[in-house]
Amino acid sequence: MKVKYVLTAGVALGVLSGALASSAPALAADEIKIGDINSYTRLPAHTVPYRRGAILAIEEINKAGGVLGKKLVFVSRDDQGKPGEAVKVAEELRSRDKVALVSGSLFSHIGLALASWAKQRKTLYLAAEPLADALVWAKGNNYTFRLRPSTYMQAAMLAAEAAKRKDAKRWATIAPNYAYGKDAVAAFQKVLKKLRPDVTFVGSQWPGLFKIDAGAEVQALAAMKPDAIYNVTFGSDLAKFVREGRTRGLFKGKLIVGLLTGEPEYIDPLKDEAPVGWLVTGYPWQDIDTPAHKKFLAAYQARWNDYPRIGSIVGYNTMLAIQAMLKKAGSTDTDKMVAAMKGLSFDAPTGPITFRAVDHQSTMGAYVGWTVLKDGKGTMERWQYLDGANYLPSVEETKKLRKQ
Amino acid sequence: MGEFIVTLLTGLSSAAALFLVASGLSIIFGVTRIVNFAHGSFYMLGAYIGVTAVTAVGGGAVGFWVAILLAAVAVGLIGVAMEILLLRRIYRAPELFQLIATFGVILVIQDVTLWIWGSEDLVGPRAPGFTGAVTILGQRLPEYDLVLIAVSPLVLAGLWLLFNRTRWGTLVRAATLDRQMVSALGVNQRWLFTGVLFLGSALAGLGGAIQLPKGGADLLMDFNIIAAAFVVVVVGGMGSIGGAFLAAILIGLLQTFGIQIFPNSTLILMFLVMAVVLIFRPWGLLGKPEIPGHGVVEAPEAPLRPAGRGLRLAGALVLAVLLLLPVAHLAVPAAVDDFLLVLVIDIMIFVLFAAALHFIMGPGGMVSFGHAAFFGGGAYAAALLVKFAEAPMEIAFWAAPAGAALLAILFGWFCVRLTGVYFAMLTLAFAQIAWSIVFQWGEVTGGDDGILGTWPSDWASSRIAYYYMTVGFVVAGLLALRRMLFAPFGYTLRAGRDSPLRAAAIGIDIKRHQWIAFTISGAFAGLAGALFVYSKGSVFPTEMEIARSFDALLMVLLGGVHSLTGPIVGATALTWLNDLFSELSYWRFLLGATIIALVLLLPDGLAGLGDTWLARRLGLAAPASGSGANGQETPA
Amino acid sequence: MTALLEVDRLSKAFGGVRAVQDVSFAVNPGELLALIGPNGAGKTTCFNMLMGQIRPDHGAILLKGRDIAGLPPHRIWRLGVGRTFQITATFSSMTVRENVQMALISHRNAGRRLWRPAAGTETAQADALLDRVGMAEQGDRACSVLAYGDLKRVELAIALANDPDLLLMDEPTAGMAPRERIELMRLADEIVAERKIGVLFTEHDMDVVFAHAHRIMVLNRGELIAEGTPEAVRANEQVREIYLGSSVEAGQA
Repeated sequence: MKVKYVLTAGVALGVLSGALASSAPALAADEIKIGDINSYTRLPAHTVPYRRGAILAIEEINKAGGVLGKKLVFVSRDDQGKPGEAVKVAEELRSRDKVALVSGSLFSHIGLALASWAKQRKTLYLAAEPLADALVWAKGNNYTFRLRPSTYMQAAMLAAEAAKRKDAKRWATIAPNYAYGKDAVAAFQKVLKKLRPDVTFVGSQWPGLFKIDAGAEVQALAAMKPDAIYNVTFGSDLAKFVREGRTRGLFKGKLIVGLLTGEPEYIDPLKDEAPVGWLVTGYPWQDIDTPAHKKFLAAYQARWNDYPRIGSIVGYNTMLAIQAMLKKAGSTDTDKMVAAMKGLSFDAPTGPITFRAVDHQSTMGAYVGWTVLKDGKGTMERWQYLDGANYLPSVEETKKLRKQ
Repeated sequence: MGEFIVTLLTGLSSAAALFLVASGLSIIFGVTRIVNFAHGSFYMLGAYIGVTAVTAVGGGAVGFWVAILLAAVAVGLIGVAMEILLLRRIYRAPELFQLIATFGVILVIQDVTLWIWGSEDLVGPRAPGFTGAVTILGQRLPEYDLVLIAVSPLVLAGLWLLFNRTRWGTLVRAATLDRQMVSALGVNQRWLFTGVLFLGSALAGLGGAIQLPKGGADLLMDFNIIAAAFVVVVVGGMGSIGGAFLAAILIGLLQTFGIQIFPNSTLILMFLVMAVVLIFRPWGLLGKPEIPGHGVVEAPEAPLRPAGRGLRLAGALVLAVLLLLPVAHLAVPAAVDDFLLVLVIDIMIFVLFAAALHFIMGPGGMVSFGHAAFFGGGAYAAALLVKFAEAPMEIAFWAAPAGAALLAILFGWFCVRLTGVYFAMLTLAFAQIAWSIVFQWGEVTGGDDGILGTWPSDWASSRIAYYYMTVGFVVAGLLALRRMLFAPFGYTLRAGRDSPLRAAAIGIDIKRHQWIAFTISGAFAGLAGALFVYSKGSVFPTEMEIARSFDALLMVLLGGVHSLTGPIVGATALTWLNDLFSELSYWRFLLGATIIALVLLLPDGLAGLGDTWLARRLGLAAPASGSGANGQETPA
Repeated sequence: MTALLEVDRLSKAFGGVRAVQDVSFAVNPGELLALIGPNGAGKTTCFNMLMGQIRPDHGAILLKGRDIAGLPPHRIWRLGVGRTFQITATFSSMTVRENVQMALISHRNAGRRLWRPAAGTETAQADALLDRVGMAEQGDRACSVLAYGDLKRVELAIALANDPDLLLMDEPTAGMAPRERIELMRLADEIVAERKIGVLFTEHDMDVVFAHAHRIMVLNRGELIAEGTPEAVRANEQVREIYLGSSVEAGQA
């Protein structure tokens, strides 16, 4: 019996000393640390490509001599999908790792929690992927910036394209039952109604996130007899929805619009069952012909022996933005970095990007096109890159949205 | 009409996987009394192994079904492994202690699955011969739905034959009714349990594999199914397979028709059904009342003793360290950095939360699976006051314990009528209802975008000030809870737990007393929530999720439910381990493995360690008396 | 003298089975009344109705003139009814003294006090009661480690804590050694005499019944078939028939 307790106490002591040892990292003078927080255990399918893109950019930047004569160090941490945990990790990165700024996150609520924290701690936060409109508008603050096109921007792009289809008058929607889904539907409805006062929205379905009862939802949508369906489901929900909808003939003769559906993260797992002829936002990485993107693609494939996802390009662009910002600021002083972020312009593989001074939203755009099946895999055709700048509200309107 | 029939059939088919998983869970619980949280992980493994097996076996229609059965058998064997390597060693531990072990298994399986199959969702293979749809009165229904509709009654019939026509099945049924009698008859319980784990796990695996043509395999399946499976088991009546069948169909149909009428009801419907059923039929549709003393006979808890000198000394020492930590931080910031204060604040908050839960779980014998409702509910009460009234911290802070107490009064009124697992499940149902209201009611609560900007007033906004404030509230809270346990109130609470019969026969209104205790516990959980919301500056529905409730449950169980120091030790250990491991890439595996190791080494909980070896070394515990009690109680 | 407890046509059926049917009797202060009958005669059902564990189908239970039928057990106790159980029920996580203190605290309606420690309350009274049942020396021991006979005594002390007028004892000597039985029943006799408590008890041991009961009632298949002094019951033909001589004869010896 005693051996057991001695053993346990030994393990406990070992762990304790390990913790103490890890608690005092050295701070090298020739480094700039970037504290990156993302949901690696909760949604690895999306966040692992993000980290790979970011690491690739960091490596390239350092190979070219770093920024301000210092090397960039990428400190990546998991938030377990919990906002409280994300805030704790942010505190740790700030006080223990002495990072210059915090970046990352995918879920909107975590992005919002970090934004609130950034304001309180007067620390720069560059939100990479959270889509919530509130992040830069209703809840926007001086220290928070966002790279990826928001829910509103992507929905507005799709609505503008969908409005061109005069035969689609009765619309039904299906979206996961949480803030992102609700925002995505509201934005789409608002923009489409404005462009096409003749359309009606006949009903909305709200399956629980990743808990879709696809057969039932498809039945419910069919019962509304719509001409067109706007889909916001993604991940495992999307796979079930597509399979069930196709088998039950829901999509036949209807215009289907899918937010994010064309992103490799979501369309690739569907393999040869990927939907065909949907109007979607996505990332047709194989077909983007610009030299900058070709260079990125080659470097990414060489480094990771895998193709990039939307997360990869967002991660890559995030680090490019930080590099450009540091150059412009010439310092890691937070006030200077914040000032540099406002109106910051830089060139990314996807095209030029500017962070608007009025709301801290970048003008990074999205690829909008039609899904198609090629070599047994879903991808996009007839796509175009829509610049985010054209889908953001005017400066005047934005000021109203952004209260502070 | 066609629409109605097809919707009906759709509902029946979606009940199939639910029934398979739930029946396995019900069988395992019925015989072993283990609340197997890892059951959802077995479902997930069934799906992943199924995908692999279909690819490996190949060969058309026959191959597909062979692969599905292979997946079920493989998962059954994993269940056997869990029984032999883990559960078998801790059957004698206090009730529900096995729950932590299965929780450790969940974490391990999550990372192992990620490691083997990768992070990308796998789309399920389709069943050869059942890829099309049939047309019923002009409405299309996938052919595979018909397969699923046929599977549930077939499995039900198979189980009925097994339990009524074989000797093994008869023994299982007997064990479900009275385990002690079966062992008295000389039946080897070990193999009975092993067999039951195989059957139950294989059913979960079958459920996961058979739904592949409708969906696929992904890493969130385990948590997504487990709550639903528990709901079905409880609504049907724990241990009743017929009940599980009925409940699966009921919930399947309600979901299918429900979302046509109320598309927003997807989150709440199932838990509303469970709450209503439990309120009107406390043992589920086909369940039977628990026979008292049915489970494992636990060693009695030793009488409560006031803290000895050694323990007071240890307590004073810990307090001194806590009070001096900020001073050390100012003196040597390199060694005692700012984050250490953040971490200690987090730990203290969870210590209070766990102690609040322990108040009803240990001395009260009431296991709550839904205590996050009060933690998060309190946090929201404060945050709402900030959001709508712009109340300063000095006022809004107090709304948290008050709001949580009100919530506890409401929930408690229903819950204290039930006992044991049914009590636990009703608390879970109410917590989920509260969660879905907060989640859904965006205009008021901000939905899952939460409420931001709940930062402390200026005087408390510096790290050190908030640190002292947290330490002050938590220490005061712990002392108050402890004081109540040593007061007649705590004695009366324990009396109701020790012997409800005797307690009633000396004039104690047990239910009312438990209701009050539940409210007190809720209030203190709410106080922890208040400290939390002001330390993070925001609150989200995550704080009311099942996962948050389980955090507290795990802390109490890991610390040792029979000890007053248990929740303190458990919350400290778990929060700290979590922080330690979360920097590593496979931290869930490490945390899960550590939990399993602790469970195996310390079946009395971590505080059991303090009570025995360490305590005796340091003279903290009273020398083992001749009483023969295990010395579980070490008041702090 | 009015009766302490008057039971009038008490009945209870489970499903179709009539467990207790139209049972009427009375208990007087200072009286030891035994309720006997073969297994399944309805004794326990009868007891549980008196104590509130089971709600009677119909019939009245008048305690000091007040109808208590259908009240919950904790309310009935407050009206002055103590109880011991066939299988002892005590608080296993408490010491012997704490068990008695618990009952005293409840009697003073102090069970919801949140602040003053329980340890110091009602100690003297608890010790007095323990002394009365001969358990004074074992006050500090955990109840979970007591010998069965001692537990029965503790139960008696607990049952006396609210100064009851009526004591219900379900098989007070079950599971005890013969010597312990005699001692326990002698103790019961003394207490009844001292405090003028009315006692209703069931018992399997006919020696105990005929030696200590002032009156005996015989229950068979839910119906009261005989009632009277030990002598009268011993002489009753119907009773003899039910017990087929064995126990009664043993009692005569």
